[in-house]
Amino acid sequence: MIVCEHVSCTYGNAPVVEDVYLTINRGEFVGIVGPSGSGKTTLLKAIIGSQPVAHGSITIDPRLTIGYVPQVETVDWYFPVTVEEVIVMTRTKTKWWPRITSKERADVREVLEKLGIAEVAGRHIRELSGGQQQRVFLARAMFCQPDVLILDEPTSGVDVRTRHEILHLLADLHQEGLTIVLTTHDLNGLAAHLPRVVCFKKTVIADGSPREVLTPEVLEVTYGAPMDVLEHGGMPLVVDHGRVAMRGEGK
Amino acid sequence: MIFALNVFEPYEFQFFRNGLIVATIAGALCGLLGVFVILRGMSYIGHGLSHAVFGGAAASAVMKINYFLGAGIWGVVSGLLIARVARRRVIGADAAIGVVTTASFALGLALMNRYGQASKSIEAVLFGSVLGVKVADIYAVSLVALLGLAVVVLGYRKLLFSTFDRDVAQVSNVRVSLVEAVLLAMISLTILVTMRVIGTLLISALLVIPAASARMTTNSFSRLLWVSPIIGAATCFIGMNLSYHLDTSASATIILLDAIVFIIVYAIAGTRNRAKMASLGHL
Repeated sequence: MIVCEHVSCTYGNAPVVEDVYLTINRGEFVGIVGPSGSGKTTLLKAIIGSQPVAHGSITIDPRLTIGYVPQVETVDWYFPVTVEEVIVMTRTKTKWWPRITSKERADVREVLEKLGIAEVAGRHIRELSGGQQQRVFLARAMFCQPDVLILDEPTSGVDVRTRHEILHLLADLHQEGLTIVLTTHDLNGLAAHLPRVVCFKKTVIADGSPREVLTPEVLEVTYGAPMDVLEHGGMPLVVDHGRVAMRGEGK
Repeated sequence: MIFALNVFEPYEFQFFRNGLIVATIAGALCGLLGVFVILRGMSYIGHGLSHAVFGGAAASAVMKINYFLGAGIWGVVSGLLIARVARRRVIGADAAIGVVTTASFALGLALMNRYGQASKSIEAVLFGSVLGVKVADIYAVSLVALLGLAVVVLGYRKLLFSTFDRDVAQVSNVRVSLVEAVLLAMISLTILVTMRVIGTLLISALLVIPAASARMTTNSFSRLLWVSPIIGAATCFIGMNLSYHLDTSASATIILLDAIVFIIVYAIAGTRNRAKMASLGHL
């Protein structure tokens, strides 16, 4: 479905992604994990076509429709648009009439109801909570009825409850047959729950199930710091090794 | 009665009527395109392009070719060149604008120094002049205004999407580069037909201030596209009349009026926000 072969991307002369081989098959749910600046977002942007590939090739089935959810930190929340206007954007290619039609309004309502936020349709995007912001952009991606959903850090900056809700929502969409690829920093809260995890630091360090991939050796290479991996409820639990002695501690 | 006579006095002059029509339409046009200029953070492009077109205007005057043709081609080429250079990420859009437009402006100045006889019309381009406005200018600004309106109406969704979220617009098969090229070409054309009244040095203000004032009054993109041209047209119309009675430069009066509107809207918006915050504090 999506095949990356020998892919490298650069910013100026600096390589950000180097020699990546990665295949995403139909119906998979894949999490790409790695530290900040490891090139995860660049790889996603190369897949969606907004980042030029310096070397190698990315082959995507031309019949595929991709829904992309950007990092919420990159969104201009002061931009003068309502939730409804944001969601219909993905049908821009086929529609030119400036006003939102009643058919589109009904479709927006349907997708918002599915994601449990029907009440926010007319609101300005700045009036949304963190969880609602994520769902609105998920709704926009869903509005073009995609085959593949690509999400960049869908749980960054949200509380534990919202993270659970987003994870369940994505699991439901995956159950309905959607292929999902996401990046995340969240090893325990998100990556450990996924069927396939890719550890990434400029290139693919390891690829497989969380149990295969989330090991102290792989994590040390990926994050450059020692980490322990425990077993909790049948799932790997990553524990940060780093410990900072606080002043007055132990007195 | 005396006051009424004074108010209508400038309308007896053909040059004033021509200048007023051009300025009012130009104000609406700059207000319309200014919405995209401020939302895309392109204020510097407006400033830069007006300087670039100055080079074209100077060259046209020296070579005695039609102003619209010479400066127009120059402006559109500069706009496309900026877009091309800015694509080199290592340079960046602001540096690209700096290189292309200041070089063009410097060329204009050099031509002005070398061929002194053309300096009069070049000065009119630099500072704007109501006296220089001809009927052809009315046709030119009307044509560009209609074209601008058509581009915004027909390309509304594409412009909105690529302005709000360039990457996702690209994924959704919107030809973002084409949209940006059309927008830059429209801004270049607008500067070209407005420059004779407002002048190179102050035109970027007309592209920024009405839209910035309008932005503080609404959170709706479609409403912004109405309010901004109305502010632009109204300030140009009133500014032109004031400039006659106060015996001040038309462009300076218009821009000062725009700045006053901005300050008033800024103060009202600030008071409203403080009142909103205070009411939230009581909850």
